Order: sequence, then structure tokens, then C-alpha cells
Amino acid sequence: MTVRLTAMATEIPERLAPSDLAFDAGSVTMLVGPNGAGKTSLLHALAGLPGSSGKIMVDGHDTQTLSPVQRIRHLAFVGASRDVRWPLLARDFIALGLPAQSQPDRIDEVLVSLEAEALADRRLDHLSTGERSRVMIARALVSQSAALLLDEPIANLDPKWQLAILTRLRAEADKGAAVILSIHDLDLARQHGDRVIVIDNGRIVSDGSPLEALPASIIAEVFGVTRKSDRWVRA
Amino acid sequence: MSRSLYIGFGLIVLLLVAASIVIPLQSLPDLIENDPGLAWIVIGELRLPRALLALVYGAILGASGAAIQALFANPLASPDITGATGGAALGAVVMAYLIGFASPFGIAIGGVAGAGIALALLLMLAGPRAETATLLLAGIAISAITGAGTALALALAPSPFAFYDAYDWLMGSLVDRSLAQLAFAALPALAALIYLAKCAPALDRLALGEDVAEAMGYNIGAMRRNIIAATAIGVGAAVSVCGAVGFIGLVGPVLARRLTGGHPGRAILPSALIGAILLLSADIAVRFAPPDRTLPIGVLTAILGAPFFLSLVARMRWSARP
Repeated sequence: MTVRLTAMATEIPERLAPSDLAFDAGSVTMLVGPNGAGKTSLLHALAGLPGSSGKIMVDGHDTQTLSPVQRIRHLAFVGASRDVRWPLLARDFIALGLPAQSQPDRIDEVLVSLEAEALADRRLDHLSTGERSRVMIARALVSQSAALLLDEPIANLDPKWQLAILTRLRAEADKGAAVILSIHDLDLARQHGDRVIVIDNGRIVSDGSPLEALPASIIAEVFGVTRKSDRWVRA
Repeated sequence: MSRSLYIGFGLIVLLLVAASIVIPLQSLPDLIENDPGLAWIVIGELRLPRALLALVYGAILGASGAAIQALFANPLASPDITGATGGAALGAVVMAYLIGFASPFGIAIGGVAGAGIALALLLMLAGPRAETATLLLAGIAISAITGAGTALALALAPSPFAFYDAYDWLMGSLVDRSLAQLAFAALPALAALIYLAKCAPALDRLALGEDVAEAMGYNIGAMRRNIIAATAIGVGAAVSVCGAVGFIGLVGPVLARRLTGGHPGRAILPSALIGAILLLSADIAVRFAPPDRTLPIGVLTAILGAPFFLSLVARMRWSARP
């Protein structure tokens, strides 16, 4: 399988220990960990945000050397915030994810795939938090980037839209993207991830297939919970 | 904004520059007939610098306002927020007291120095990361300090004439500025304008959120510092030559964004054109004041701009309702 994104010695001092990681094309990787464990820091480091160090390569290109337009084609990032910085129409907001303004049809395709056509001509600040989440994910999908980094993309969504987004991200992976997202629901992480990375105190403590990376011992140690019949209880 | 709209706005600007040169009409034909040499001096050395100053000053106010609003994600922000206008005004008034109002260049240098000190103080207070809220608070604090300093300077004026001259200058005026003064204001303003226009794509994508724009490869921290520096230098130089003119930097971007689908970055150039149109129009309008009265241009822009500002706040309040 082709490696799409590699991170070498990537770190954020005092928040994320140095790590070397590689993410395959066509894979969905779930980042899990308790609050404040370093999931957002790892995503920030993979996106090459200020404050992080190390080398991020996407399809063999060092992202630091790419122009913004080239970088959009290689890497799309959705942050954890759903705050509206500027009250654009949802369609105009999504259009800012296009590497060039030449493919407006792509906006409609993505909106249809997320069943969000009705949101297109509404102002972002007039949408609910969940609706904003879908628009922000649509903005990332419209870029058709090789690597997709999403910080808790389903945090504000009801179960129906959680499944819809995870299915849509799987479709993106099937087209060849490396999809990396943070998530709190361990069941969904197991069901929808090809790979799970467990982070605690800024360190990767487990990395592998969902079954390998999330044994009961790790869950009890890192999250302080354990499975009893169909419920999570405190360990 | 479409190419034809740019051409339309460009033509309006040219028309207003021409109008600014020939208005008031009644004196010019006589002068050309009786003393053509003097007529060309009036046109070339008095009216042309005045028209071009209005063009440049309006354009830099419009462009800076659009850039600052995009940067601070606040449609009510204006170039004054950097403290540059206040710094320039204080520097110019202090310099005028030291060397007198007869030395326009000294005043302009004092103004730029004042804007530069205000800018240095702002960047020092805001720190290397220069976060938005800190910058905003630092700008407000500096504006308060420079405002108090200017009021103190006026209160301690060495003579009633010095007080009147300083007060008159603070109200803003484009009258009797030389070609050299025009160059002093125009060169920094044009350099700042070019830089601000280049920031348009990054400022548009900043609407997605600072972290998203940075993940796209835009260096937002550096751009923030540079936009503040460009605004302080461009607006500071213009304030030094013409005094403070308010509201253009607030109104221009709001009108421009109606032509750019609300996008804040791509509104920078249209806002520069609208700013130029507004200030050229205001400068022509003040010439129709009663013959024995002078209407300062800064007062006119404030009289027209303040109700607009109020309606903007009211509309924002209305649209914020669920």
C-alpha cells in the first residue's frame, strides 16, 4: 500500500513527544485518548501548524516547501472549533477549500454527498453547531486532498450524521486519501477505523489495528473505564 | 468583483480627480485667459496635489480598513485601531509646537515618527505571537494614551495661534499641500496598498479559522504583524500630511464587501477605490461651504459616516437575532 503521509520527529514541546508516523493511502486512522491527552496536538503537528517541529511529507513532498494552492491539494485540515470567524454563506465558505476557483461543480457534489444542499445558501452564523460541522467537513472534502486531518469531526453530530460523516470519510479513503481523525467514541473508533492510535500524556501508547491497539488493559489504564456487558463503567 | 465594475469605479475616480482640479469653476477660465502661467501653477501645484492626496488618502484608508477588518474578523474595526492615527496626530502636534506650523515637512516627519512609535509600542505590547485580542486591547490603550497626549499638547499650546493651527490641522485638510508633501504621503501609502492587496487570498482563507489558514500554508502571525506595520506606515504618513479623517476606513470596506459576496480579503482593492471616491467627493463637497466659513473635511466625513456607523451597528444587532 502506498504511504501518503509521513511525519518525522514531529513534536510540540511540552505537549507532544517526538514521534515518527506513516499513514497509508486508503486508510482511516482514529486518534483516541482522554481529554488533554494530545490528540489535537498530534493533528496540529501533522498539519504543520506553528509551534510544531519535524518534517511532514505528503506523497513525497515536504509540506513546508509547498505553496498554499499546492498544499491544499495535498492536505486538508478541520480544526476542533465550530466558531464562525466571518459570516459567509455556507457555499462561499466551502468554495474557499477549492485549490482554484475553477471547479464550482465540486461544491454541489460534496453538498449532495453530505445531504447538505439545504445549507448551501444560508449564512454560517445562522446554522446550528452540528450544521456548521457538516459545512466545515464539506470545505475539507471539496479540496480532494491526499491527506485529510479532522479534529473531532463528529463531536457535535447526532447518531445519524455521525454515521453519515464516517461513511463519507470511508468513501474518501476508498478513493485513495489517508484519513486521520480524532474521536471520543471508542466503539465507533473500532468499527470505522482501519487503525487506532491511542495517545496519553502527549505520547503514543498504542498503535495498530482496532483490536490490537485497544485491548481492555489499555482502555482501563488510559481511559479509566472497562466494558461490562453492553456498558462502559469506571475501572 | 467583475472587471467591468473595476473599470467603472476607475472611471468614477478619474472623473472625480478631474472635477477636483476644475472646481470651483468660476475662477479658472478667467485665470487661464488673463495669466496662463499662474493658472498652470494653480492647477499643477495646488489643485492637482489636493486631488491626488484625496485619491491616495481615501484609497489607503479604504484598503487598510478592509485589511484590518478581515484580520480582526470585525466589520467595525478601522485603521485607527492600530493606534497609528493617534500616534501620527500626537507626533505632528508636538513637532508643530517645536518647529512651528510653517514647516510642513517637519510636521510630516513628526507624524510618521509618532505613528512608528505607536506601532513599535503596539508590537511590543502584543508580543511575538501577536494574538488578536491582545493586539486589539494594545491598540485601544495606545489610542487612549495618544488621545490624552494630544489633548494635553493642545491645553499647553504656547499661544492661541498655535492652538488654533493644531486644532485646524487635527480636523483634517487637503488644502495647500505641495507636490513634495503629496509624494511624502503617496509613496508609503502605495507601498502599503500593494502589500495589502497581496494579502487578499490569505485574508479570505483566514475566514476559515486561523488554524485552518495556517494548515493551508499561510503564515498568519507574520502577515498580522506586516499588515499592522503597512497600515501604520501608510495611514500614518497620510495623516501626517493631511490630518485625521475618520469613517472612510470603516464605511469603504462595508460597501466593498457587498460587491465581493461578503469575502473580506478580496474586498481590499474595491474598498481602496470606494475610499478614494468617498474622500474625493467629500473634498469637493467642502468647497461648497459658505464663502466665509471653512468646513473641515474630517468633520464632514464624520457627519456623514457616524449615522452610517450607527445603522451598521443596528443591522448587526438585528441580524444577530435568532
